[in-house]
Amino acid sequence: MSRQIIVPFGPQHPVLPEPLHLDLVLEDERVVDVIPSIGYVHRGFEKLVEKRDFNNYVYLAERTCGICSFIHGMTYCQGIEQVMGIEVPERALYLRTIWSEYSRLHSHLLWLGCFADSFGFENLFMNAWRIRERVLDVLEQTTGGRVIQGACKVGGVRRNIGSEKLAEMNEGLGIIRREIEDLTNVFLFDSSIRHRLKNVGVLSKEDAYHLGAVGPVARGSGVNVDLRKTGYAAYGKLKFEPVVETAGDSLARCTVRARELFASIDMIHQAIAAIPEGPLDVKVTGAPEGEYFSRSEQPRGELIHYVKGNGTKFLVRSRIRTPTLTNIPPLVKMLAGCELADVPVIVLSIDPCIGCAER
Amino acid sequence: MTIENQSTTPVEIGKLIGVVEEFRNQGYRLVQIGCTATGDLYEINYSFDKDYTFRNIRVTVTPDTEIPSITGMYWGAFIYENEMHDLFGVNVRGMNIDFKGTLIRTSVKNPFGIAAGKGEKQ
Amino acid sequence: MSYMTKSPWVIHYDASSCNGCDIEVLAALTPVYDLERFGIINTGNPKHADVFLVTGSVNEQNRAVVKNIYDQIPNPKVVVAVGICATSGGVFRECYNVAGGIDKIIPVDVYVPGCAARPESIIDGVVTALGILDAKRQAMKEKKSENAGNRGDVV
Repeated sequence: MSRQIIVPFGPQHPVLPEPLHLDLVLEDERVVDVIPSIGYVHRGFEKLVEKRDFNNYVYLAERTCGICSFIHGMTYCQGIEQVMGIEVPERALYLRTIWSEYSRLHSHLLWLGCFADSFGFENLFMNAWRIRERVLDVLEQTTGGRVIQGACKVGGVRRNIGSEKLAEMNEGLGIIRREIEDLTNVFLFDSSIRHRLKNVGVLSKEDAYHLGAVGPVARGSGVNVDLRKTGYAAYGKLKFEPVVETAGDSLARCTVRARELFASIDMIHQAIAAIPEGPLDVKVTGAPEGEYFSRSEQPRGELIHYVKGNGTKFLVRSRIRTPTLTNIPPLVKMLAGCELADVPVIVLSIDPCIGCAER
Repeated sequence: MTIENQSTTPVEIGKLIGVVEEFRNQGYRLVQIGCTATGDLYEINYSFDKDYTFRNIRVTVTPDTEIPSITGMYWGAFIYENEMHDLFGVNVRGMNIDFKGTLIRTSVKNPFGIAAGKGEKQ
Repeated sequence: MSYMTKSPWVIHYDASSCNGCDIEVLAALTPVYDLERFGIINTGNPKHADVFLVTGSVNEQNRAVVKNIYDQIPNPKVVVAVGICATSGGVFRECYNVAGGIDKIIPVDVYVPGCAARPESIIDGVVTALGILDAKRQAMKEKKSENAGNRGDVV
């Protein structure tokens, strides 16, 4: 047996947009063990529930993460609404669904770009981000914010999208779809990309399920779990099937996200066609008393905002369980046995969002 | 509109391992472990899911109680148990990967713990 | 600033940002905004860099990392604090684990406002920083020739 050496990976590393640290235990080029450590971007804002009332806390919940900010805000609001028994108007639920799916488009395109960068395809990175700008334009035109939208509030949404704008978005999605087709064809069929991704970082279905993998990491390994199926917001009224792949390698996870782009576009079309007229919010009176585990499907997987109130304006506890946190144990399993040169690809393949994970 | 029914079952600390094992045998996945400080006690929630059925069990313990680790049944639970240890100061016995307080390094020791909350008020 | 005589490279580090500013820094480098048209390239190596872009605020664990990256960047160098968290801690300033803006550990030349900072503001900040970088380079040159003059060397 050869000698073991430990190679530190991160926190500042060219492929990582965010700080994550891994101690890689190597025997020659092979990784035999991995010890993750986080905490570089821990802010501890869950503690601020003591200083911000439950309505103001929406702004903090949104800033859990700048990538899926809208879904964080929405999931938190949903938790409070469930505790207080608030009936959110239909139109608001549809708008939340539309914004959620645009967030997913922007997040998956961002990830495809970063992923391409991790295996050295810089032009592909640039192209993915170019298409992403079209999605961000829509988010900015409809909410006022590119990455932090601030459109959700307890009891509904802050902004409406007029029917003219909805029609325009419907048309714009056609352009986005064509561009995404060209882009994902490269990811899925280019032989050198397949060579880099196939059989790299394999996670079995059993491991994925029992290690708590969620989102595309679970679905790439054949576990059919997509929280949108619980029918929160307007998802119960839309037709869709979770995208599932069975190979469990980096290519499968990439394929899941690529196919989900098209699924999201379909869902937005459906939502635009079905959105009813009506009010955008209801008046919120009183304060939350009780608890709820609000669950939703973020681009990275199942997200939970646990809220517990005691009848005052200030919550007792907000606990945010983000998908990246629960995808770390599966990542450790995937990395064991891989080659050092594949580490960046495998780390990126879980779509790590450290800002989320550490809060 | 209620999205889903969520049941929470209180469990004695001595029976925790048995109950968790039961979930594992029935094919539930571990969704999360989370801790809440209420008064002088910690509520620890263990949540499970199977085919979108959400079930939650809760142990309520004093701050000095040692919690048995469930990493024997759910290998990935170490991430939540270490987090609980670092943020609340809850002692967890027998974790498969024990970071010994270095998973999340904070400027304040156990910031969410009951002792930290009391210190702030004084 | 009409033109740059050099091609300045930037390095980006996420201190404890929510990601919002980080992805906008990257967006500024990609098509549509295209910071690279100024000859600017994003590098992962501090020793290649001239401009240090920091997002997010300081905490106990990243204090040493930020200082270390700063020290490794060769002189002259400029620091741009991107977004309100890097400036003052922003919405998270009251958190127990947030010590405040980046200027608590390293000198900051340009502050870019916003939550999240927009790509236009980031480009504006970087271009302002390039002016400062030029001035610093000029000052270094003058100091060098002054020192050389004092020693009676031929410059």
